[in-house]
Amino acid sequence: MAEKILMKGNEAIAHAAIRCGCDGYFGYPITPQSEIMETLMEEQPWETTGMVVLQAESETSSINMLYGGASCGKKVMTSSSSPGLSLMCEGLSYLAGAELPCLVVNVVRGGPGLGTIQPGQGDYFQACKGGGHGDYRMIVLAPASAQEMYDFVDLSFELAFKYRNPAMILSDGVIGQMMEKVELRPMKPRWTNEEIIKSMPWATTGKTPDRKQNVITSLALDAAVHERLNHTLIAKYKQMEDEEVRFESVQCEDAEHVIVAYGCMARICESTIEMARKEGIKLGLLRPITLFPFPKKEINRLVPHLKSMMSVELSTGQMLEDVQLAVNGRIPVNFFGRLGGIVPSPEEVLEAFKNSINK
Amino acid sequence: MDIKDIMKPENMVYSKTPVLTSTTMHYCPGCSHGTVHKLIAEVIEEMGIQEKTIGISPVGCAVFAYNYVDIDWQQAAHGRAPALATATKRLHPEKYVFTYQGDGDLASIGTAEIMHACNRGENIVVIFINNGIYGMTGGQMAPTTLIGMKTATSPYGRDPKLHGMPLKITNLIAQLDGTCYVTRQAVHNAAAARKTKRAIRKAFENSALGKGTSFVEVVSTCNSGWKLSPVAANEWMVENMFPEYPMGDLKDR
Ligand SMILES: Cc1ncc(C[n+]2csc(CCOP(=O)(O)OP(=O)(O)O)c2C)c(N)n1
Ligand code: SF4
Ligand SMILES: [Mg+2]
Repeated sequence: MAEKILMKGNEAIAHAAIRCGCDGYFGYPITPQSEIMETLMEEQPWETTGMVVLQAESETSSINMLYGGASCGKKVMTSSSSPGLSLMCEGLSYLAGAELPCLVVNVVRGGPGLGTIQPGQGDYFQACKGGGHGDYRMIVLAPASAQEMYDFVDLSFELAFKYRNPAMILSDGVIGQMMEKVELRPMKPRWTNEEIIKSMPWATTGKTPDRKQNVITSLALDAAVHERLNHTLIAKYKQMEDEEVRFESVQCEDAEHVIVAYGCMARICESTIEMARKEGIKLGLLRPITLFPFPKKEINRLVPHLKSMMSVELSTGQMLEDVQLAVNGRIPVNFFGRLGGIVPSPEEVLEAFKNSINK
Repeated sequence: MDIKDIMKPENMVYSKTPVLTSTTMHYCPGCSHGTVHKLIAEVIEEMGIQEKTIGISPVGCAVFAYNYVDIDWQQAAHGRAPALATATKRLHPEKYVFTYQGDGDLASIGTAEIMHACNRGENIVVIFINNGIYGMTGGQMAPTTLIGMKTATSPYGRDPKLHGMPLKITNLIAQLDGTCYVTRQAVHNAAAARKTKRAIRKAFENSALGKGTSFVEVVSTCNSGWKLSPVAANEWMVENMFPEYPMGDLKDR
């Protein structure tokens, strides 16, 4: 039996990083995710795997440290919460523009501004629609358990390197702070410098006589070159939409109505579905695991058999817009959300759902 | 005598280092950037560290430094080069890592990054081109602009009441325990360029010795921004910049 340990979602991120061969973590403290760096500092992975862990002077610096590390072909990551992510948006745009792989974890709290340290899901737009300047996208994974917090670290790195693009774990204060049993996966060694040179010929590993210099940049002043760069990026995002969509579907096959929810709200809504079914209401749950790429096709497939959909979020309705786009006016798309860190109960969601179809 | 008889290897007194590419530089004639690039390239060649050196270029006129020095480069966001260098050096301790930054990049938008990288004593080299102006964006005021100096955003001259005093950031850097070598140089004549080259070499040698951050300020000309001919810019620099930013080592340990 594989080892299972009780830990917080945040701690799971830290252990996964060490065990999946991450080369470097750079971060700045912020609630509700500080346990990630705290756990790493306690574990001292530089003594075991050689992983570098550094507390930076700001999130601006952390994300730019990622730019430096990723330029070297290393597996680098940071974590933060909403206000910190806003500071990182400049760097994310540069990372995407320079086609650099990295992992950014956002354990979301309520905003805008300093907002609240309680859980939120109000950073969906920032994560999925860009956040920084220019036309770019990130792969965005939304864990709904401590185990997924753990597993998505390795998965994010895999996808980030496959596409040479930043990947984000968009979590929330509930999933980050919640304690659950987590199965630790087998240790993966860090890549050696030789492996990096071989598999990442673009990385700044030092110019040897057998190759031209490597330059990592997002700058392209020539109009045609710059347009081509953007088309290269768009082709990648298109490929992600074709190949990387992940979702979980709960009792959707015979459903008349479907709730769409991710992260902690998906956990709540699972209970809502069960309660509804007991009452004879054919309610299903679609849980997007990738928020970008969004499971548009699955929604499209479900719509002809449905009477309505409802997006349930800890926001004023952000994912809602992607659901609406996919539904494209064919059936009503309703919304229920709470703010301020108030996480609704399954009963409250059921009540809201019933109101939405009876209005 | 035919020119072919003269152009023999034994008569060669100077040749361009191969670390400097043959790409025509985009810098204005008389600009210090090109000279400093050449000195860096020569140091890299002389130390035999081309394969081991990673440069971080700034946002500023030197954004394209990678077109001229034939090593691996990372092009940073405005002011963030020291953060890139920090991670690069920590993940590649065996490499020589340097940032190349202007005064807007290092002394304005990137003050947090440079202060903290220097304070942590990252084993990197910082080349700081202080020309007292934002060259790239068309000659706006920099934190290092002299009092009374006219720029696009201080058209009546820098007024301390409005803009504060010139920031002597190198003096602040010298106070930090993480730095081992902090010096201020120039490249306006051959003797000064030779001294600057020695300073750059020492800085690179320090990073191999793990002594901490080495910081080389080069008080520089931006003749286009200053609206002066190359010769007049050099003279203006000696007369006006040097008293505010005196030459010499601020720290060497
Ligand atoms: C975030 C951001 N703000 C502003 C700019 C515009 N910008 C480009 S270069 C520059 C100033 C460069 O001046 P300096 O660092 O002194 O370099 P120089 O060109 O004088 O060598 C500015 C403000 C930018 N590229 N990015
Ligand atoms: S604008 Fe100034 S700093 Fe830029 S290349 Fe010209 S002289 Fe040099
Ligand atoms: Mg300048």
